[in-house]
Parts: sequence; structure tokens; C-alpha cells
Amino acid sequence: MNDMSDVYMTADGRQIGGVLMELKNITLKFGGVTAIEDISFDIRDGEIRAIIGPNGAGKSSMLNVISGFYIPTEGEVWFKGYKRGPMKPYEIARLGIARTFQNIALFDGMSVLDNIMTGRLTKMKKGLLAQAGWWWTGAAKEEHENRDKVERIIDFLEIQNIRKTPVGRLPYGLKKRVELARALAAEPKILLLDEPMAGMNVEEKEDMCRFILDLNDEFGTTIVLIEHDMGVVMDISDRVVVMDYGKKIGDGAPDEVRNNQAVIDAYLGVAHD
Amino acid sequence: MPDQLVYAMEVTLNGLMAGVLYSLVALGFVLIFKASGVFNYAQGVLALFAALTLVGIQNGQVPFAHMINAMTGGHLTDFGWHVPALIAILLTGVVMVLLAIVIEKLVLKHLVNQAPIILFMATIGMAYFLEGFGDVMWGADIKTLDVGLPQGINETIEAVTDRWFGYGFFIDNLDIVATLVAILLVTALTLFSQYSKQGRALRAVADDHQAALSVGISLRFIWVLVWSIAGFVALVAGIIWGTKSGVQFSLSLIALKALPVLMLGGFTSIPGAIVGGLIIGVGEKLFEFSIGPMIGGATENWFAYVLALVFLVFRPQGLFGEKIIERV
Repeated sequence: MNDMSDVYMTADGRQIGGVLMELKNITLKFGGVTAIEDISFDIRDGEIRAIIGPNGAGKSSMLNVISGFYIPTEGEVWFKGYKRGPMKPYEIARLGIARTFQNIALFDGMSVLDNIMTGRLTKMKKGLLAQAGWWWTGAAKEEHENRDKVERIIDFLEIQNIRKTPVGRLPYGLKKRVELARALAAEPKILLLDEPMAGMNVEEKEDMCRFILDLNDEFGTTIVLIEHDMGVVMDISDRVVVMDYGKKIGDGAPDEVRNNQAVIDAYLGVAHD
Repeated sequence: MPDQLVYAMEVTLNGLMAGVLYSLVALGFVLIFKASGVFNYAQGVLALFAALTLVGIQNGQVPFAHMINAMTGGHLTDFGWHVPALIAILLTGVVMVLLAIVIEKLVLKHLVNQAPIILFMATIGMAYFLEGFGDVMWGADIKTLDVGLPQGINETIEAVTDRWFGYGFFIDNLDIVATLVAILLVTALTLFSQYSKQGRALRAVADDHQAALSVGISLRFIWVLVWSIAGFVALVAGIIWGTKSGVQFSLSLIALKALPVLMLGGFTSIPGAIVGGLIIGVGEKLFEFSIGPMIGGATENWFAYVLALVFLVFRPQGLFGEKIIERV
């Protein structure tokens, strides 16, 4: 954190710290198509940061840049005050950046519990031989400690009753929740949520909102989320980035963004020149 | 006790033992299929390659001797030493791990996120390449493999059954060893896959590459690991089949024996590979024994496939395979 001078408290009493991640002049091109054009913004420690915009604005691409699934054509990603070199997605995951996917990527053949346990793989240090020793080498203890952490997350997200169910059999809304649980299990510094409420009914959306707010409050996890439902975004996020056609057209607190003429134009469909 | 029943018992026992051998091969397929959703056509050749390498190292053969001789006009054959079986097996294990790394680097790495059929094609290519490579490396002649496994009829069993039934069963010692090895292997692999973190990572990679990356799993590491294990299983199968019937090209055809086992047991289940192998082993031996003489014999070549087809019709996912649930 390079800048602690502007730590502040939100209206609901959460502390927002200095800059945790900074994206500088990110451009992402696929051949001739420019998905993201020269976008810069920062993510502060402990905040809920939303990225909104119409379909095809480049929101998911942005998330993929942060999580390393895409490598930006130009621009830099700074994390915890250091410039991030070219890294593989799994290496970035190990840095403490967890994510969920727009169209749910779970391990369908495995139980809910096993799915969430995969979130803790990077936390488990015992090697293959040590695990063969099980009781003797402390591998059993490690497994149990991690299992405890996972059980706490299961309680938190209220999915105790489906613990042993194979994920493939769950309905959509619960799958989304399990995916969130798996990402949480890694105890991430930054949690990236790609449309966590897409396709949910009102009740499920309310639950998901509550979980996002609670986990931010309780674990202090910084959250970056993409969401279409404007009402939800404005309610739960501290700051909002607005994208349209790969460009940033607005950035600020929900109220500022709501009154931004460019944003209103983008959402009401004013002709682009 | 009627003679027929006693014979049938002996046939059943031998069938069980043969089944274990089929299971050993099927196991290699299941491991790779579970971890990468790929049917590894090269598994049989992997066993052949492992057996060839083992014999080569044991006898101190110079690898690529023919090639070197052809290019330099020399007459190299062997180093003139003999490596003890255990050390040779360990060295062959190392070679199989190296092979896994090479396969990952040259082939798999470039096929991330490709359709399974593409990967399947790649394994066909690898199978034929490896077959030729094994020949070039160690020579194409038929070799005998002897790592000190007991062979021949087990006399204790023969004596005991003779006392009980008035007829001594012929059970090969090698088959007994194979059974013990298979039990050990399956236990170890099941424990690994269900309870170790690498096993969990391996199942995760099989399910979804993207999601696996997002929780910090390195696909490349997992693939090398899986192919190393498959190479190790191939080595075990190669040792036992090689001891039984010599190390030669036909060893790679044992893969064909594993196919019906997989269809029956399910492509994704380790216990399935075992139970499937046993059913096929016993089934084909008993069928040959009871029905074979009536229809002119030679039923063992096709019976396994017919049995597997019947199973496919009624249970497409195999006995233990994962149920395919499609939400509509």
C-alpha cells in the first residue's frame, strides 16, 4: 500500500485503506478488435468496487486482465505497490486474487465440500510424501485445519445441508453460492465476482447481496464485481467504474456516477458518434 | 463333487487372475481419462516402452545402438554390465517420468482447452511414434524379461486342492503376484486420488481447466504428474505381462483387452477398472469353458467385447462411471 494518507471511514463504519491495486493505461486487443482501450483505475483496500457498463463494454475482459486470464496488450497492473510481471493465472491466484466466473466454473463431479476444499490447495504445504505419512507427518492435521476453515465458510454462506452433494446436481443459484465459497476459501486479498447475481430471482439476489456485504465487513476482503442490476450496484458498492465500448466513461461514488451525463447517455442509448 | 464343477472352479480362479491383469492395463487408461478427459490410446504402447526400457537397462544394452552403428559403422551392442532388477526398475521409473515431461512439453502444452477428440488424435500419434522410438532405442527383437518374479504352477495350491477335490488346480505363481501388486496399486491410487491434495487438484483439472487455474492449480504440473503415474502403472503392467509372454510388439495390444474392461467398468472409476477386469476375465474364461466347445472354441477373442456391448446398451456410463446428468 503506497498511500495510506487518505484512509477513510464509510457511512456504515467500514474502513477503506490505501490503494491495493492500480491498473495503469490498460489496453487489450484481440487481433483488430479493441476490447479495452487505455483504461486506468485503482482498487482500494477493503472497498467494494463495481464495474458496470452495457453488454460488450469490456467488463469481463477487465476482470480477466486482473486475474491474469488475459494479458493486456499495453499497460501495467500494480499490486500491493509492486508492478506485476507477466504471470500465469494460477500464479496470480496464489498471490491472493480469487475469482468467480460469469457462467459458473465448478468441478461438477466433486462434492460441494471438495469443491470448496480446492480453494485451499494453495494453502496446503505438505508434499506428496508427507501426505503419504498422514498421521505421522502432520498431513492429517493440515487437512483438518483447512477443513475447519472451509466449514466456517460453509456456515457463513448457509450451505451446510448440501455439503456432500455433487455440484452437478445443484440448482443455479446454489452453484453460484458454492463458487463464491470456493473463491472465499482461498482467503483472497481481492475477490473478483463476475456477475454474481446474473440469472437469480429477487430473493436469491438479496441473499447474495447480503453475503457480499457481510464478507466484506467480516473478513475485510476487497471486492471487485461486475453487475448488470443497477439498483444492486448502487446499493452495495463504494465506488463504480463505468465502461462503454472498451472505454472508461465514468468513475466515482454511486451518486456521482448516477448523475454523470456520459453514463446516462450510454445507458439510455444515445447514438455513438 | 462332480468333475465339471471342480473344473469350473479352476477356470473361474484363472479367470479372476487374468481379469486382474486386464485391470492393471485398464487402470492406466482410467487415470489419464479422469485427469484430463482424454482416452489415451498410447497406454498399451507405454507399457511396451516401459518393458523394453526395463529389459534394456537390466541387460546393459546401449540405447540407439543400431542407429549409432549405422551412422558410425561401429559394432556397439551392450555396455557389458548387468543392472540388478530393483535398480533397473527404479531407473525405468525415472525414464517414464522424463517421458511424461517430454510429452507435456512437446504435445499437451499446445493443446490446452482443445476438444477431447483432438487430444485423442494426439495420443494416437504418440502411440505410433513411441512404438517406433522404442524399436530404434532398444531394437525390435523379442526379449525375455526376468525381474525375479516367481513363475510356474503354485504347488501349495495344487496340493491343497488335490486333497480337497481330488484334483489339483493349476494356478500360476505370477498371477498370484500380479493380484497382490494390483491390490496394492489400486489401494495406493485410490488413497492418492481421494485424500491427497494433488489428487484433489487432479480431479479438479479433469472437470474444468479455467476453474482449476482460478484456484491456483498449475495445469502443467498436474499433467506431468498424471502422465508419470500412468507411466508407472504402464511399467507395472509391462513387467507382469512382459514376464508372462515376453517383451515384443504384441505387448502393446494388451490395450485392446483393456477396452471392454473400460466400457464395462466405466472410464472414470478406479474400482470400476478392477471389477470390470474381473468380470471380463471370469466371463470370458467361463464362456470358453462352457459354451466354447459347442461352437468351436476361440471365443476369448470376441466374448469380452460382446459382454461390454451388452453393458453399454443398458448402462452407457459403465458400472461405476459417473452418471451423465443433463438438465433440460
